[in-house]
Amino acid sequence: MTDASVPQNVAPPPAEVPEVELYHAHSWITKYVFSQDAKVIAIQYAGTAIAVGILALVLSWVIRLQLAFPGAIPFIDANVYYQSVTMHGMIMVVYMLTAIFLGGFGNYLIPLMVGARDMVFPYVNMLSYWVYLIATLVLVSSYFFPGGPTGAGWTLYPPQSILTGTPGHEYGIILMLVSLILFIVGFTMGGLNYVVTVLQARTRGMTLMRMPLTVWGIFAAAVMALLAFPGLFVACLMLLLDRTLGTSFFMPSLVELGERKDYVGGSPILFQHLFWFFGHPEVYIVALPAFGVVSDLISVHARKNIFGYRMMVWAIVAIGVLSMVVWGHHMYISGMDPWFGFFFAVTTLAIAVPTALKVYNWVLTLWHADIHFTTPMLFALGFLVTFVNGGITGLYLGNVIVDVPLSATLFVVAHFHMVMGIAPVLVIFGAIYHWFPKITGRMMDERLGKIHFWITFLGAYAIFFPMHYLGVLGMPRRFYEMGETAFVPASAATLNIVITVIALAVGFAQSIFFYNLFKSLKHGAPAGGNPWRAASLEWQTPETPPGHGNWGKQLPVVYRWPYAYSVPGAPEDYLPQNAPPVRGERSP
Amino acid sequence: MSIAIAMVLVVAGSILFHLLSPWRATPIASNWGFIDDTMGLTFLVTGAGFVAVILFMAYCLYRFRHVPGRRAAYEPENQKLEAWLGIVTTIAVIILLAPGLFVWGQFITVPKDALEIEAVGVQWNWSFRLPGADAQLGSSDVRYIDSTNSMGLSPADPKGQDDLLITSGELHLPLGKPVKVLLRSIDVLHDFYVPEIRAKMDLVPGIVTYFWFTPTKIGEYEILCAAYCGTGHPQMRGKMVIESEADFETWRTAQQTFEQSRKSDASRDKRASAQ
Repeated sequence: MTDASVPQNVAPPPAEVPEVELYHAHSWITKYVFSQDAKVIAIQYAGTAIAVGILALVLSWVIRLQLAFPGAIPFIDANVYYQSVTMHGMIMVVYMLTAIFLGGFGNYLIPLMVGARDMVFPYVNMLSYWVYLIATLVLVSSYFFPGGPTGAGWTLYPPQSILTGTPGHEYGIILMLVSLILFIVGFTMGGLNYVVTVLQARTRGMTLMRMPLTVWGIFAAAVMALLAFPGLFVACLMLLLDRTLGTSFFMPSLVELGERKDYVGGSPILFQHLFWFFGHPEVYIVALPAFGVVSDLISVHARKNIFGYRMMVWAIVAIGVLSMVVWGHHMYISGMDPWFGFFFAVTTLAIAVPTALKVYNWVLTLWHADIHFTTPMLFALGFLVTFVNGGITGLYLGNVIVDVPLSATLFVVAHFHMVMGIAPVLVIFGAIYHWFPKITGRMMDERLGKIHFWITFLGAYAIFFPMHYLGVLGMPRRFYEMGETAFVPASAATLNIVITVIALAVGFAQSIFFYNLFKSLKHGAPAGGNPWRAASLEWQTPETPPGHGNWGKQLPVVYRWPYAYSVPGAPEDYLPQNAPPVRGERSP
Repeated sequence: MSIAIAMVLVVAGSILFHLLSPWRATPIASNWGFIDDTMGLTFLVTGAGFVAVILFMAYCLYRFRHVPGRRAAYEPENQKLEAWLGIVTTIAVIILLAPGLFVWGQFITVPKDALEIEAVGVQWNWSFRLPGADAQLGSSDVRYIDSTNSMGLSPADPKGQDDLLITSGELHLPLGKPVKVLLRSIDVLHDFYVPEIRAKMDLVPGIVTYFWFTPTKIGEYEILCAAYCGTGHPQMRGKMVIESEADFETWRTAQQTFEQSRKSDASRDKRASAQ
């Protein structure tokens, strides 16, 4: 781009500013409760997701206590154990990770990063949050119904999930299914917003190939979610009908505990196909926003452009497309036609190529960089280690024949916790440390942040790395107690105790984060508008925290990509996206 | 800076753990050694990748850490390097995938001479069925299940009358003979899982699934359920005894046929009603 071709100080169209005035909130309720401001909705989403995430964390302690000290804790019986496993999994995957990445970071960052005043449908955006909140409350309310929440495992496989051998078959399973249906309704309203905002509301100069990778990740994830969640939606609806009206979508003729049931002709495997048609893209619905965020964190704190931006974008797109056709790798031993194994193994391992390219580009961004070891950067680097580790164990489970001995063992548990539990959670922490100054105008405490990082990163690795080996040994997952089993040595029980102790410590250490969060809210050092000297648009708002409408009187105009760090000839080591071009500049 | 050291330690610790860990795969007792070999190859290839990426990153973190006056290089992309990395990764993936698919081909090709047996899962125990003198299993359906026919064999099917029913949960198999295990569930999903034979497969109510293996080592092995099937899931155990052909024949002849079990049940019922 040359000097001559760029119009300077372009004014927005005259109608644009008064229109925004109409949407300004006029009372405390419309400003902070039933708010239509994407930034407030983002905080509501993130707050709810973190709150329910804390419940999931506590449930993980129940699981770990039982595995380490089977039978020693009086209130943990088989019912409580399986209910905890189920609720922990479902909450973390759907109500915590999906909600915080798309509803939380998506809402806060998309409009700010693409230079929009808000989401394109603010009212629908507000509804999206409130439906999500109701979905969450319905799910948690199952603790107060007779029989408690469902203990069907987060996969909710029928026939077992709606039969009497499973805890929560009275009300818990119904509430779970209703809650999921509500969640999907709420998400669809949000998801349409994210997609349309990215496509339609970008400011001048913000071409698609100048969007920060955070936006690309969230955008691709939102598209995938809109395509994948309907699979779960119909599966939940049909299972709900099987449970309440006695239809037989997923229920074949069967005899339960000596009693012949009326079901006839349904297919349990059909449910698995529908569930994983959602379930596998879901992994990437969580991962792609994390990929995007981590790209931006590394670039900002290494003062270097993200390496291979175009490759990074196409890798996101390729992963998004491929991830829609790999679901069968969750079902290699499900009894589906074994010939599917060839197809799904090939697609699954193919996805490793664009994923590996992303890892290389993150690492190559560090080459000849100027690396600042800030707290957000440490979390991003921690993500790289756990993600690479968890990613490569995916090559075991994706390669159909290697999956056969490992599936349904603790190897699977270790794999998915490393790759879609720990890795995205580290990104969430990094992102909060990174954007907290923009959201509140104050810095978080770096020293506490680093203590939090070291305990969380090293602790989480120590929890899940050894767990793989219990899986190689053959220890099955979803066992309330191992009991006397010939092939399991006593040392396995010792390892389980060690893992539990570390898990409890890491869990409690999260209080350091919350202390830091609340303390910094009031007492953090003033951050200014752009404490990290970042180039992307959200750091260039006229006010910090940004006001309603984000940009004051005038929308920003974008002249370059968001990774103009250490550009030769530039006076500083970063060029904001909306700074007028410097002479001779050749940024994309 | 300390993060660079931490990464080196994480790599070193992981390798040491791998080498010194007492938790290893159980001694294999079937023909599926190829599965172990493929997994071993995967450990090598992915382990090398993990070590290379993390150590390279640790080097970058040390070498390019911020010091006053440092300024990063500006290099938006390097298509040659990116293409080259893509090719290397693709080759590595093919090295992992090709043997995997080859072994999967064997896994789904059942030898013609395999002994067909049936494992039946019900919350929460295992029972088994072996063919009788006609070497064929009779048909079955859950609608035939009653107090004298717990496995739901078709009473009218002549092929089923001589089938041997084993309800004790203890399955015997002859050494060195391929076995095709037909899997049938009466209620919910189960999974026939013996770690030592590596292979496993779900039991799905409504359909019959299968897998095959050849026992290669005499001994007693525990059968577990590897598909969560309700609160009694961990207690759903059985025993698999691999023994010589002669021992197996002795055991087999001692088992009750479907016909015999119906008769003994019927006479017991008669006695009960007479009292």
